[in-house]
Amino acid sequence: MAEIVGAVTTSHVPAIGRAIARNLQNDPYWKPFFDGYPPVREWLRKIRPDVAVVVYNDHGLNFFLDKMPTFAVGAAPQYANADEGWGIPTLPPFPGDEDLSWHLVESLIEAEFDIVTCQEMLVDHAFTIPMALLWPGDHAADPWPVRAVPVCVNTVLFPLPSAARCHRLGQAIGRAIASWDSDARVLLLGTGGLSHQLDGTRAGFINREFDCLFMEKLVTEPEWVTRYSIPELVELTGTQGVELLNWLVARAALPGTVRKVHSNYHIPISNTAAAVMALEAVS
Amino acid sequence: MKRKQTIPGTTLFDADQARKGYALNKMCFSFNSAENRAEFLRDEEAYCRKFGLNEAQREAIRSRNVLALLAAGGNIYYLAKFAGIFGLDVQDIGAQQTGMTKEAFKAKLVAAGDRGGTHG
Repeated sequence: MAEIVGAVTTSHVPAIGRAIARNLQNDPYWKPFFDGYPPVREWLRKIRPDVAVVVYNDHGLNFFLDKMPTFAVGAAPQYANADEGWGIPTLPPFPGDEDLSWHLVESLIEAEFDIVTCQEMLVDHAFTIPMALLWPGDHAADPWPVRAVPVCVNTVLFPLPSAARCHRLGQAIGRAIASWDSDARVLLLGTGGLSHQLDGTRAGFINREFDCLFMEKLVTEPEWVTRYSIPELVELTGTQGVELLNWLVARAALPGTVRKVHSNYHIPISNTAAAVMALEAVS
Repeated sequence: MKRKQTIPGTTLFDADQARKGYALNKMCFSFNSAENRAEFLRDEEAYCRKFGLNEAQREAIRSRNVLALLAAGGNIYYLAKFAGIFGLDVQDIGAQQTGMTKEAFKAKLVAAGDRGGTHG
């Protein structure tokens, strides 16, 4: 059976894509952010994942309000990135894993998560930037070292799925991967957050105290955050800080106990409290 | 009807907003395409008409006023594509909505990082 090796959770701010394209990793503004990633990459080299299940939210590249799924799973042979309108360079396509995709689709629907299945799916910066942070390099010349399965969570159109629902989805994804007849090593990747707000007169809102508590609890007690309603989470973390739901899904997929490998938290990147955390599944 | 919870300075993009803003958001979603961005720039009024924007939405587009665009039902993810046409990023947008200069807005964000300890 497949093995879940761990989870990485990371912010996905578009400006990071621009900084990577311009090689600004050592620029004083960017260095405290990018310095969070080498220890995570070193750990990834040790645990050697074959596939990444990427839990993220689309910002209006693949999905529009004409059809807005609460949860969607990709089942494509590959996933292309495309122009999002404001000019960060697009990245080469990502190889999919159709076997895992269809196993996830079947298992989740069996578990009464009525997800939307996508045999074609564009992936936006929320998917591509975390991949580029974990596996840097020129992937036009040198293919991506992992296959990927996108899991998209609606954080755009309210009502959003509750934190409790996202926690249960993560658990169901974990059980599905554990029952997949494969010798693949699977990494969960949860993207977005942490606290930030782009819209309204509260734009620029950041909540360090809550973010730090959330990161701490996510390691030992991921269900802690399910005590908050979605409006409460927006109030605590900002209208886009609610993307922490993607972190929760990824974390909840890990079976048993976990060990924190590394974390980094830095304010600000663009309008965002930017963070990364790597968790290893130890049992 | 359920009473809405209010968060200062914040509008949740809910059914009311989605219904009010559909045409505006659909137009902004179209700006994923470079061809559509060019068509908008050639004739803004014609492009707004094509998507059936109402007068409040057209005026908010004309004035590039983000708070007015939100009030007219715009969602920030799609509005960011509109702002991108003019090379404006989320910090320009943040500065405009809070009535600050971009430098002051950025300084406010940096100050948020200076408070409290680090997490690592």
